[in-house]
Amino acid sequence: MSAPVATQPPRAPQEPPRATRSLTARVLTRPEIGAVAAAIAIFIFFFAVAAPFRTLPAFSTVLYASSTIGIVAVGVALLMIGGEFDLSSGVSVVTSALTAAMVSFQLSLNVWVGVLVSLIVALAIGFLNGYLVVRTGIPSFLITLSTFFMLRGINLGVTKAVTGTVATPNVSELDGFSAAKAVFASDINLGFINIKITVLWWILFVAIATWLLLRTRVGNWIFASGGNSASARAVGVPVHKVKIGLFMGVAFLAWFYGMHLLFNFSSVQSGLGIGNEFIYIIAAVVGGALLTGGYGSAIGAAVGAFIFGMTTQGIVFAGFDPNWFYTFLGAMLLLAVLVNLYVKQYALTRK
Amino acid sequence: MRSTRKLVRVLATAASLAVALAACSSQGGAQSQPSQGGGGGAAQGKRYTIAMVTHEQAGDTFWDKIRAGAQDAAKSLNVDLKYSNNENAPEQATLVQNAIDSKVDGLAVTLANGDAVIPVAKKAADAGIPVVVFNQGFDQYKQAGAKMYFGSDEDLAGQSIGKRITADSGGKALCVIQAQGSVALETRCAGVKKTFANTENLYVNGADKPAEQASIGAKLQQDKAITHVVTLGAGDALAALNAKTDAGSSTKVVTFDLNPDAAKAIKDGKIGFSVDQQPYVQGYMAVTALWLNLTNGNDMGGGKPVLTGPSFVDSTNIDQILPYTASNKR
Repeated sequence: MSAPVATQPPRAPQEPPRATRSLTARVLTRPEIGAVAAAIAIFIFFFAVAAPFRTLPAFSTVLYASSTIGIVAVGVALLMIGGEFDLSSGVSVVTSALTAAMVSFQLSLNVWVGVLVSLIVALAIGFLNGYLVVRTGIPSFLITLSTFFMLRGINLGVTKAVTGTVATPNVSELDGFSAAKAVFASDINLGFINIKITVLWWILFVAIATWLLLRTRVGNWIFASGGNSASARAVGVPVHKVKIGLFMGVAFLAWFYGMHLLFNFSSVQSGLGIGNEFIYIIAAVVGGALLTGGYGSAIGAAVGAFIFGMTTQGIVFAGFDPNWFYTFLGAMLLLAVLVNLYVKQYALTRK
Repeated sequence: MRSTRKLVRVLATAASLAVALAACSSQGGAQSQPSQGGGGGAAQGKRYTIAMVTHEQAGDTFWDKIRAGAQDAAKSLNVDLKYSNNENAPEQATLVQNAIDSKVDGLAVTLANGDAVIPVAKKAADAGIPVVVFNQGFDQYKQAGAKMYFGSDEDLAGQSIGKRITADSGGKALCVIQAQGSVALETRCAGVKKTFANTENLYVNGADKPAEQASIGAKLQQDKAITHVVTLGAGDALAALNAKTDAGSSTKVVTFDLNPDAAKAIKDGKIGFSVDQQPYVQGYMAVTALWLNLTNGNDMGGGKPVLTGPSFVDSTNIDQILPYTASNKR
């Protein structure tokens, strides 16, 4: 067995002439450019075939559906750039919502207490995922698959044991509900369009994640940890802390979306969320993140979520037979990935 | 040379045709199925668009009947039916919003998880779209701004099964829940328990029939006191029948809902009886009631829910019902 060799590219004699690259060249080499092209193509497609799709309320519904995927997908994209997976993200959304609902209802507390307790629980789950992954070196796929199954059982078992049914009680009568609803699940009137507040939160989270990735030292650490964690550690990147932090970031965003579920619908069914973890991963991958880590972007994940939201709603607006829903969805995703590939190849080969 | 090749080709074609003809089965298969007959002639007048938004998990025979009913009604009333579904409540709520955005004339919706879907259904009602609730939402349909409800009362249906088991002098009942976490399924078993106290629930994975069969079989071997197995879906009843054979048990199997195989098993005396909530009627009536409301301002039920079940199917009436199961109507 040979020891892993970390090869360093030969040092350029002087700084590469970055300033001379044209704007087009810089835009075309961004990870999310393929997804943007695919999103435009799919938008034009539905705009052409589905009359109701052309209205502003419909666009608002599409944005809302996208934001419900996109909020968690931002965290998942960062985690994937950092070289790890989280399969528990879908059910931990529901774990957070259930925790908040049951803590505040059963103890007759202000809902904000439940919100805070569930945040602590969510961050603890994220920490546990990250800690187990970095301490044991077992692939995160397996660790978080175990967490996924455990949380799935806990969601149902605890809810049934505490409430006697499989859904949480309605929390809308509790103190603080209206304030929490305003923060997590209100409608915002922008004059020309009425949108859900989750859309604004989504944009904010994407902006923060983009700034983090591209403008801070932590961002470089994330890329380095995912690209080659051994050499990253060798040059002093705190890889373990970065990865634990990324898992906690996913947990935070899952918690946030869980709060939206709870305050939008006032109660939560314990069986929800299963399978959504793959949708978050798909959004990140469609948006240009590599399954192997080290490459991707937060904006890409947002565009990926937008493609997903646009396709799921567009199929309904177009009135296609729902039996074929997943076939259309799969074809659209394939289209997105193919456009992504071709645009990237074009960008790499053009002079 | 060329003509030989042509001859070979002709012969090959003829031979393959002959094989294809000979391969035709003389009985069974698609040829013996009755052709799907739609309703009467198309109604005249304005063509309305009606959206039907359900919590169907795709590929379920039960929902296929609801859709068959809705489509037959839409066809005979010249209605443009827009059907969409998602088993997760938040996504279903978004689909209702989608229908409002599409400016449909009427909305038929199921309330499997009322808390999520009621506010947005109410929004549709407030926007002047007539709303009908069907299949689920017996207690809550008025909160959604709906004028009418077509469906069964799960609790009442469960109780009626419990009563039949009591009359049958049963010892212990096993209520098989095929999907964990569904309020409607829990209500059915709770209803059975109300009128037949010695009822135990068993959770199985209904999406994996062999595993379901194994779980029921193991339970029957472990607990010999069980005299009745209650399944909550027709497909599950067949799994229970297999499990019963595997376990060498002599328990009676009774079930909710129907499909052609379960109906045949009732005729053969393998399944005691079925409590049918008549899904075809639910779909048919939801669309018809909306159309009547849109054209004449009619409403049905006198402000009360219209029950499509429980309707008992057993050895006394199975001969009449059996043909309809094949055409997707029972």
